[in-house]
Amino acid sequence: MATVSQNATPRSSVPGNEAPLLSVRNVAKSFGKNPVLRDISLEIAEGEFLTILGESGSGKTTLLRIIAGFENATSGEIWMEGQRLDNQPPYRRRVNTVFQHYALFPHLTVQENVGYGLRVAKVPKDEIATRVEQALAMVKMAAFAASKPAKISGGQQQRIALARALVNRPRLLLLDEPLSALDANLRRQMQVELKSLQREVGISFVFVTHDQEEAMVMSDRIALLRTGELEQIASPREIYSRPATAYAAQFIGHTNLLRGDVRSGVARCHSLDWPVNSPDGPVLFSLRPENIRIVDVAVGSSGVNVVRFRGHIRQRAFHGSTELLQIECEDGLKLSVRTATRDKWQGDLELEFTPEDAVPVRESAERI
Amino acid sequence: MFSRAYRAAVTVPPLTWVAVFLLLPYLLLFCYSFWSVSSAQVIVHSWTLDNYRELLRVNVYLQTLFRSMGIAARVTVFSLLLGYPLAYYLSFHAGPRKDLLYQLVIIPLWVSYLVRAYAWKTILGSDGVLNTLLQYVHLTQHPLDFLLYSPFAVVLTLTHIYTPFAFLPIYASLEHVPRNLVEASQDLGASPLQTFWRVIFPLSIPGVLAGATFAFVLSLGDFLAPLLLGGPSGIMISNIVVSLFGAAYNWPLGAAISLCMMLLVLALLFLTESLEKKWSFR
Repeated sequence: MATVSQNATPRSSVPGNEAPLLSVRNVAKSFGKNPVLRDISLEIAEGEFLTILGESGSGKTTLLRIIAGFENATSGEIWMEGQRLDNQPPYRRRVNTVFQHYALFPHLTVQENVGYGLRVAKVPKDEIATRVEQALAMVKMAAFAASKPAKISGGQQQRIALARALVNRPRLLLLDEPLSALDANLRRQMQVELKSLQREVGISFVFVTHDQEEAMVMSDRIALLRTGELEQIASPREIYSRPATAYAAQFIGHTNLLRGDVRSGVARCHSLDWPVNSPDGPVLFSLRPENIRIVDVAVGSSGVNVVRFRGHIRQRAFHGSTELLQIECEDGLKLSVRTATRDKWQGDLELEFTPEDAVPVRESAERI
Repeated sequence: MFSRAYRAAVTVPPLTWVAVFLLLPYLLLFCYSFWSVSSAQVIVHSWTLDNYRELLRVNVYLQTLFRSMGIAARVTVFSLLLGYPLAYYLSFHAGPRKDLLYQLVIIPLWVSYLVRAYAWKTILGSDGVLNTLLQYVHLTQHPLDFLLYSPFAVVLTLTHIYTPFAFLPIYASLEHVPRNLVEASQDLGASPLQTFWRVIFPLSIPGVLAGATFAFVLSLGDFLAPLLLGGPSGIMISNIVVSLFGAAYNWPLGAAISLCMMLLVLALLFLTESLEKKWSFR
């Protein structure tokens, strides 16, 4: 039987019951008359890897800068461990940032860069030396301790920026698109390293990116921002399989949006219909291409509660292990279907999907 | 690519200019410094080191040179002390007023040097604005005579004139300090003062060196301010050179002093340039 979850609200709470490390409460920000963030509320748990995902102009970097203290929110509050954070200057916040272009001090050596935070905090010299050494070892850069930043590569600077932030043992680490300047291979490698490093040190990470794949790979939860508003905040799995809005469904992964009409527990879209749990009225459904199966007529259907229809291939796009087929159904409905490349489908096909996989999503208001 | 005639047309005039108006005078100066003047006031074209011996033997030359360097050093220090905070404020805290303030700093450069020097004369003189004011508010009974015709007046005037020259390179170097480094410093827990001393100031050192060089070299060779406001105690080395080439009619000695000054300044320029290189990271 089809069970359709209620749309997850954007303010879903942190998993577990312990008090959150950081809570952002109704934060809004405008530059002049131009609103950049509207009423953002979210919480970050101890040890969590939260990604703020959004296109450029979504306000994700502004949100990060407000948490770090480089921008003041126009309204709203930020709390960390029971204390107001937003009225503290950046240098009093137990938050460290890895900047987009690393922002290493060019006049200091690698080890002086890493030890900077400890030195300004007047930590004893020998303790600085050991902690800097450990931090450099952690990012595998011990051999470059005496180099100036200009002498090392982008990926290496990236590691130093990370060590420089982590050596201070912050409660929260903010990362502003730290991988965007790296080439694709190094980027994938750093994603894995960063994730395992975060597990190792147990510090909460807030990671800003515009890359949905990166967000999926690394995060415990993703906060999806769109033109200054929170679309959805949930785990990668949840946000992928239960997108709250049409925008979330399209931005994260590939999807088919089906505009249907619900009448007494039955959704109807073109000539297809299936049972749903929604109240009557027009409903938008997201149906992932991989959730549409092509039925091998020789084997037969995989179940009883399925929606069955016929269509033929209009276009195909090869993606390596999978292939994305553009199917046109008999009634003119066009759908994307993902199949394994080794199944060589041709011509007219019989297709099916399970009703639970058609997820009702909120219509995203069209904004510019 | 270009024809011979074209290349000659664009290279010969500037080279001629440099040869006639720069190299030739230097060569003449060099030669003069090894010639001498006879008792009949005729320049004798025979080679001698007498001028250099004279320079070392007569105390007044070295004394005046040292005094000039002292004055130039003070002008440098005061120009930096005035120019640096101004440049820092403009670059980091002036916000939308930045362009206007920048113009206000530059405007005095459009006013003739002579006018500015005379202005100080009317301010510092015994009947001047400052003395009249001091007596009017009964801070003093008599005009203060150390205000004008003193090294003080020279340092004050030169500082006023050369502060924009110190300001400009400092401002340029501060404008080049990446703002994300300032944020990174604060992010790592450095207070604004720590951020200034550990990040902003070290990165502005090339500008400070360039500004200091301008202020020092320009004021070391200055002769108008000491002439107009220096009095006997504020004489500088250039005044001596001027009088040697003029009334005293001892061009060889004047040339020897000039050459020494030029070597001094050249040495200074090389020194600051190598220091600037050491402190630049781009």
